[in-house]
Amino acid sequence: MTRAVWMRGLLGVAPVVLALSLWQAAVWLGDLPRFILPGPAAVAQTLWHSRALIAEHALVTLTEVLAGLMLGAALGGVSAIGLAASALARRLVQPILVFTQAVPVFALAPILTLWFGYGMGSKIAMALIIIYFPVTASFLDALTRTHPGWLELARVMGASPLRVLWHIRVPAALPGFASGVKLAAVYAPIGAIIGEWVGASRGLGYLMLLANGRAKTDLMFAALIVLALLTLALHWAVGAGLRRMLQRYGA
Amino acid sequence: MNAPALALHGTAHIAGRLVFGPLSLNAPAGCWTCLLGPSGVGKSTILRLFAGLGDGIAFDGALSGAGQVALMAQDDLLLPWLSVLDNVTLGARLRGQAVDGGAALQVLERVGLADRAGDRPGDLSGGQRQRVALARTLTEDRPVVLLDEPFSALDARTRAQMQDLTVELLTGRTVLLVTHDPAEAARLGHVLFILTEDGLQEVPPPDGPIPRPVGDAAVLAAQARLLTHLGAVPVAGAGTRGAAPRAPRDIFPKKEPGAGLPRGRR
Repeated sequence: MTRAVWMRGLLGVAPVVLALSLWQAAVWLGDLPRFILPGPAAVAQTLWHSRALIAEHALVTLTEVLAGLMLGAALGGVSAIGLAASALARRLVQPILVFTQAVPVFALAPILTLWFGYGMGSKIAMALIIIYFPVTASFLDALTRTHPGWLELARVMGASPLRVLWHIRVPAALPGFASGVKLAAVYAPIGAIIGEWVGASRGLGYLMLLANGRAKTDLMFAALIVLALLTLALHWAVGAGLRRMLQRYGA
Repeated sequence: MNAPALALHGTAHIAGRLVFGPLSLNAPAGCWTCLLGPSGVGKSTILRLFAGLGDGIAFDGALSGAGQVALMAQDDLLLPWLSVLDNVTLGARLRGQAVDGGAALQVLERVGLADRAGDRPGDLSGGQRQRVALARTLTEDRPVVLLDEPFSALDARTRAQMQDLTVELLTGRTVLLVTHDPAEAARLGHVLFILTEDGLQEVPPPDGPIPRPVGDAAVLAAQARLLTHLGAVPVAGAGTRGAAPRAPRDIFPKKEPGAGLPRGRR
């Protein structure tokens, strides 16, 4: 039993060890200077020494991501319900939504900075825009796939379409909404980072750009690793939170 | 309860393809009428027409008694996120009416599930879930109840118990039961119809009040006749080799061969 647990733990750590070994091997074999590719040890050292600096910027990015995620999830949820309620709205809005997906979000970053300023606003807007579509699409898709038997039962019971939407279609589609939000938790940091790259004085994106410009590649990597870990943690936390909510809901 | 009779006369097409008819079906008021037949001959289409779910069905004819119906299907259609009690009162909530929780509890009492009112459907067995569906149907309190194979997913013992309970609780209402089980039809039908590819035919039921006893000789005999008529079993003395022939149509003593009933599909 304990042996099995040990083996599982070992297997969990193995990919990390493998990645670090490959990284270190590349540095040694390529004889790369520190400003091109620092080794894992150097990055770890920088991570430790600059922990206060990185934490400060990470907090800014995290705030932007969380605000964007919440606003995007709320807006996406409301939009999907609106679109599900009205065929006319679907006809009018769906093509627009698809068109906006054809616009590279990156290209919008400068104009968002112009509109919402240099501070957090433009980054939150960026994160919101990038997650709005996946949340809306995944929720709307679930809203249009309600078990036909439930809808027929409701019709025989004499229900109005709006009540069917509220009492049956929306609750039945919440798992779809949850998977959209889980996906959004991975996308939202991308939005915030793009925003910070284009124009900011705080945040992990800003820090990475700054470190890169001064050839502090180790700091750049340290910030990158923190960003990746933050994203993973957010994805995990959002997934666990939603799972608990849905369980309590019985769906 | 002042339950109406159900009647359907006409022909139905779906997407240009003939589903049934022309046929004529009468379900007398306050009785159990069983519509027996194999899959794909249009039993459900008839039921959907009475239920007002006829979108996509091109029905040419007359229909009476539809509207004011409650529907119970093979799938219990319980909403997994609602408690048992909330499922039972779903209809009122969907119509924006005041929910009478006390009345719903009384109905749950009658199906023997009052102590499970707060549970989620996922915590119940298949038979219990179907009893909740029955409670929901009763709470709708409609004079006409349409049953779409509501017992076919249950095990034999649970099915017999559910049949007894349903007959008891739906007394006085007009019931149309669609089924592919001859045993069920022989037990439960005041009036029996068989719908096959050849059309609709009324068949005399066994004697006695419903639910008739499972092992009763007359019920078993009726069940065998129904099965033969469905074409499942070769008629004795005919077709000893080769494919089983369709049972002759006049195997039943017809007491009333449904007024002007041209059979057959083109």
